[in-house]
Amino acid sequence: MRTYILNFIKYKDLFIELVIRDIKIKYRNSFLGILWSMINPLLMMIVFSIVFMELFKNDIPNFPVYVLIGRILYQFFSEATSFAMEAVYANGQLINKLYVPKYFFPLTRVLSSFIISFLSLVPLLLVIMPLTGLSYDWINLMIIFPLVYLLLISTGIGLLLSALNVFFSDIKHLYSVLLVILMFLTPIFYPMEIIPEKYAIVLELNPLHIAIEMFRDVIMYGVLPNFDAHLSLIIYSLLFTVIGIIVFGKTQDRFIYKL
Amino acid sequence: MHKSEIAIKVQNVSMKYKILMERIDSFKQYVIKKIKNEIRYSDFYALREVSFSVYRGEVFGIIGYNGAGKSTLLKVVSGIIKPTNGHVERIGNIAPLIELGAGFDGELTGAENIFLKGLLLGYSKKTIKEKFDEIVSFSELEQFINTPLKNYSSGMIARLGFSIATLIEPEILVVDEVLSVGDIRFREKSESKILNMMNNGTTVLFVSHSLQQIEKLCTRTLWLENGCIRKIGNTKDVIEEFKKATENNK
Repeated sequence: MRTYILNFIKYKDLFIELVIRDIKIKYRNSFLGILWSMINPLLMMIVFSIVFMELFKNDIPNFPVYVLIGRILYQFFSEATSFAMEAVYANGQLINKLYVPKYFFPLTRVLSSFIISFLSLVPLLLVIMPLTGLSYDWINLMIIFPLVYLLLISTGIGLLLSALNVFFSDIKHLYSVLLVILMFLTPIFYPMEIIPEKYAIVLELNPLHIAIEMFRDVIMYGVLPNFDAHLSLIIYSLLFTVIGIIVFGKTQDRFIYKL
Repeated sequence: MHKSEIAIKVQNVSMKYKILMERIDSFKQYVIKKIKNEIRYSDFYALREVSFSVYRGEVFGIIGYNGAGKSTLLKVVSGIIKPTNGHVERIGNIAPLIELGAGFDGELTGAENIFLKGLLLGYSKKTIKEKFDEIVSFSELEQFINTPLKNYSSGMIARLGFSIATLIEPEILVVDEVLSVGDIRFREKSESKILNMMNNGTTVLFVSHSLQQIEKLCTRTLWLENGCIRKIGNTKDVIEEFKKATENNK
């Protein structure tokens, strides 16, 4: 354990540099740059709002914000984990030729995705909230909780997926299907109420749903999330990080055989 | 005999690879074959019970035919891979030069790559900043340092990689055939840099197919054959035997 900590301290500048590199490269050759990360979710919000408010008629108050929050958090999770999944494989040549702590790769990718997702929160917080009549309140600061929980869960899953991807390259196809299923199992663009009782339990177990609800509670309804929600997310965070660390740790010495 | 300290101690190192007799890339294939108990491996020993020591400040050569296990040995010594058996003790900071372009990102500029590569080698940002100008001038790439690496020629990449690895003075330098890259000017420059490091007490592990270079630079040499040590000792003796054996095989 101690060697891991010492190693991390030795390579901490590298860790930071890898995160910065991901962000730099993402925006380097693009035209709109950072603006795109802010505009994209807004565009999706407009599309969803038109489709689900006008065409499918629902009555969720302040639907644009409702759907925007769901969309941003879902996007963070799916991008962070998918990006992390390729982390080890994509850096295979490097791992073959130099000694680098391998777990850095999925971790830095989750973190850079997190930072980029943070950017998409900016238009929500600064523009959309006042535009839709939502007032600012100290309670808004509580968004840090669902964000951190999601970060931890994504880290665990990212570690797990990046290890599996080295040995089974078709995991990425499986996972993209899983992500689509997850999107429909999460009340992003529909209210929880329309789900019949017998299926509701599945949704309630969905950590992404719990996190999104928590976020909506503190931004839209000014309500403190209850203790159960925190507890579930803490358990999920621990569960996934532990699984991720164990799987990655046990298989990392065999990566070079496949890279 | 050497009374100086040991920088690298390789003890009974073996490297066994399990080679799948058939190719399996998908999860479905793996599960099906596992159920049918059809997964068969054969054992391949890239290294077998290799033991030797390298003293501080020595320039130690490693020779052998292709496939002898030289690169594997260097990777084990550098800590890039863990041996299946045995143990390597290192005292000092290692800079492996196993491929001069390793760790470079084509999308980043030369300058950004200097930092990235330096960090990958385990140095702190501060150290790299201090050595930055020296690295740029040694590589003679001042004009192109802000161009993305994907636009560099292979020679330019080699020069940059070599400069970074050697100018931030590592205590142990591991060189895998990279001095055979580049034009004659670069080769002379890098040879003299290695000699320079030697004089400053850097331990150097040097793999090459050029017996000339080995004889010129190395005090002791190891001849690796099929993963085992065929001979180890004084460079002149080892090379003589190597040459004789090559003659006899013709």
